[in-house]
Amino acid sequence: MSAHQHAEGHLPHEPEKATLEGRNKVLGFWIFLGAEVVLFGTLFATFIALRHRVEDGPDPAHLFELPMIFAATMILLTSSLMSVFAVQAMHRHNVKALIAWLYPTVLLGLSFLVLEIYEFTHYVHEGHRMNTSAFSSAFYTLVGFHGAHVAFGILWISLLIGQLYKKGLTVVTAPKVYVSMIYWHFIDVVWVFIFSVVYLMQKVG
Amino acid sequence: MATHATHAHAHAHAHAPVKRYSGILDWLTTVDHKKIGILYLFAGLFFFLVGGIEAILIRIQLISPMNDLIPADTFNELITMHGTTMIFFAAMPIIFGLMNAVVPLQIGARDVAFPFLNALGFWTFFFGGLLFNISWFIGTVPDMGWTSYVPLAGPDYNSGVGVDYYVLGLQISGIGSLLGGINFMATIINMRAPGMTFMRMPMFSWATFITSIMIVFAFPALTVGLVALMFDRLFQANFFDVNAGGNTVIWEHIFWLFGHPEVYILIIPGFGIISEVVSVFAKKRLFGYSSMIFSMVLIAFLGFMVWAHHMFTTGLGPVANALFSIATMLIAVPTGVKIFNWLLTLWGGSIRFTTPALFAIGFIPTFVMGGVTGVMLASAPADYQYHDSYFVVAHFHYVIVGGLLQGLFAGIHFWWPKMFGRMLNDTLGKWTFWTFYIGFHLTFFVQHFLGLLGMPRRVFTYLPHQGFDTMNLISTIGAILMGVGTVILVINMIQSWTKPKGVANDPWEDGRTLEWTISSPPPEYNFKQLPLVRAYDVWWKEKMDGNREVPPAEPVGPIHMPSPSILPFVMSVGLFVAGFGFMYKLHWLAIAGIGVTLVCMAVRSLFDDHGFHIDPEEEVHA
Repeated sequence: MSAHQHAEGHLPHEPEKATLEGRNKVLGFWIFLGAEVVLFGTLFATFIALRHRVEDGPDPAHLFELPMIFAATMILLTSSLMSVFAVQAMHRHNVKALIAWLYPTVLLGLSFLVLEIYEFTHYVHEGHRMNTSAFSSAFYTLVGFHGAHVAFGILWISLLIGQLYKKGLTVVTAPKVYVSMIYWHFIDVVWVFIFSVVYLMQKVG
Repeated sequence: MATHATHAHAHAHAHAPVKRYSGILDWLTTVDHKKIGILYLFAGLFFFLVGGIEAILIRIQLISPMNDLIPADTFNELITMHGTTMIFFAAMPIIFGLMNAVVPLQIGARDVAFPFLNALGFWTFFFGGLLFNISWFIGTVPDMGWTSYVPLAGPDYNSGVGVDYYVLGLQISGIGSLLGGINFMATIINMRAPGMTFMRMPMFSWATFITSIMIVFAFPALTVGLVALMFDRLFQANFFDVNAGGNTVIWEHIFWLFGHPEVYILIIPGFGIISEVVSVFAKKRLFGYSSMIFSMVLIAFLGFMVWAHHMFTTGLGPVANALFSIATMLIAVPTGVKIFNWLLTLWGGSIRFTTPALFAIGFIPTFVMGGVTGVMLASAPADYQYHDSYFVVAHFHYVIVGGLLQGLFAGIHFWWPKMFGRMLNDTLGKWTFWTFYIGFHLTFFVQHFLGLLGMPRRVFTYLPHQGFDTMNLISTIGAILMGVGTVILVINMIQSWTKPKGVANDPWEDGRTLEWTISSPPPEYNFKQLPLVRAYDVWWKEKMDGNREVPPAEPVGPIHMPSPSILPFVMSVGLFVAGFGFMYKLHWLAIAGIGVTLVCMAVRSLFDDHGFHIDPEEEVHA
């Protein structure tokens, strides 16, 4: 049914799940996120095991500046909220609104990344490097993996914005937008755990 | 599905015809699961021969005490390369080969959920394996054992690039395994034919489903472990550097958190194959179908809970050891259920002793022996005696060679006619079975006793008069016999090509599942019309009801096919090149390699693949 309607120019209600390809893509992506949970879970476990091994490096309780981290957290959470509005716009078949919501999604993600790069360079100046201690290695690997995911997401969603301009919202582009938005939420959730486990726990413990 | 056909009609001539390739380019660009299955099978068999030669060299070195044929360094390289090659580049791809060749046919699908990713999975595996094995020619070969324990594998004790070949080779091929796992999960959930409910699904498809779930949840742990090791080696990180606060036990945990599920990832497809073969050649419905599924699920679940039984002597303490000990012993229960189900399937059946049946029946006692030594090893206090001795070597070869590999040999002989349209010679097949089976037990049975007498594993030689001499000689003779069996299999494969194509749809005559309802080899689109599945063992049921075919679930119409693509190949080459960049600190090369892969991803996203349509009716008339 759905594919036929598409041929006549009407989009089905949930265009991302209208074709078998779309349903496969959404399901496959959820499974991929399951694998990502294990990936980040292992990184978290490693970090927790090594988080007190600061050795001669700077003390994380003094190193971490919570206001800036909190700002970064709010920026990423807001970015995730923008992506919710984007998907809602997509379900209303409103391409213009969809694109309009994707822009702040990407820009906020970008500002988060800039803050993180600034944070890392600041730490390096403070003497907190990859090879300083087991704590620093685990810190840069866990937070860096997340940062790399954000960077990839920015490139990915930007590419999709371009495609939406060119191809419009179809049963081919809709699943792509949808899975990129699930991805973006996932990155956001991982950050919530990083904020709690890496920054807050290190301040308290 | 009918919708799909309508859609296809509307668009049948809307797009320019897709360029299709022939010859070698066809194989490099294929996204057809059947061809990818063949690629996996032969690449896996190639690495199996490489790993087999390494095994025979190991055994020749150990044939007599104080033998100086192979120097100690080379011996370490041989055992490392043998273990890693056999697990990651022989067993895994042969399993993926059979999954690709069979599962879409068994569930009544035209292809896998992600044909493009399927090709990408193959090529990343292939280039990962190539990268790993190129170390032989460049001169620094991994020599820290397949488990790559730190600090031995760390930069302090292993400063050459040997370990880097291991890390990057496994990292690249790990991408392929993960993609394969995701793909088969999505395929089995979303692409089953009408009426093919989960509880009607053939056992091999069930096994594939469960193995895929395990792959998805186990491989990322290895990815993280390899990343940590790579960062320690390349960027002077301190994960495993005790002087800087690191912890070497973390590597053991992460490696086995992946590594223990991995051995079930290997054996569960073996269970699936054995179930199919036993049922077909006993001419009986599989005994205890639902308990078979439940026991596989339980084994998979428990498989994630037992990793620390590889670490009893690490010193985790009595509580941890006791818990992991009990959890490990529990696995014997669902495994025992499976063994009895196979026996009861055979019981009272009219058994035909073809080659696949011989392998399947030979599997049962051999696997039981591996299981019994497994329970022995699961007992933590006793394990302090067995640990790092030949007893362990005997145990895991009984489950992996006597179990999985016999399952794979059964599967290869069983599905070969479906994959290639030609039978393997049954007499040669029986020669393979008997030489391999006798050789296997000669090699590994005595190793139990060598271990109990105190011979440690991973030693390149031993002193005479310790009671090791005769048994080592027997073991080496057995290994050579296994080599003979493998050579006969290769000869059998080659001679099958000298015969004309065109075996029947159901060459074993007692086929029970959907793959035996279509031609051998199947057409590109598998099913002219998707079948309507009305029972478990659907093809057997239709035959018993006097039907000559499974009823169709849709009218005949043009079939949509995905276009071939060279991108998976190029992406994998990019990662392969980046691997060398990382290893030899050529950062521009690493960035360029990753860049190629990312650009390919963007290209894939930007240019929609409209695919093309095949009209099965037109093909018949043409």
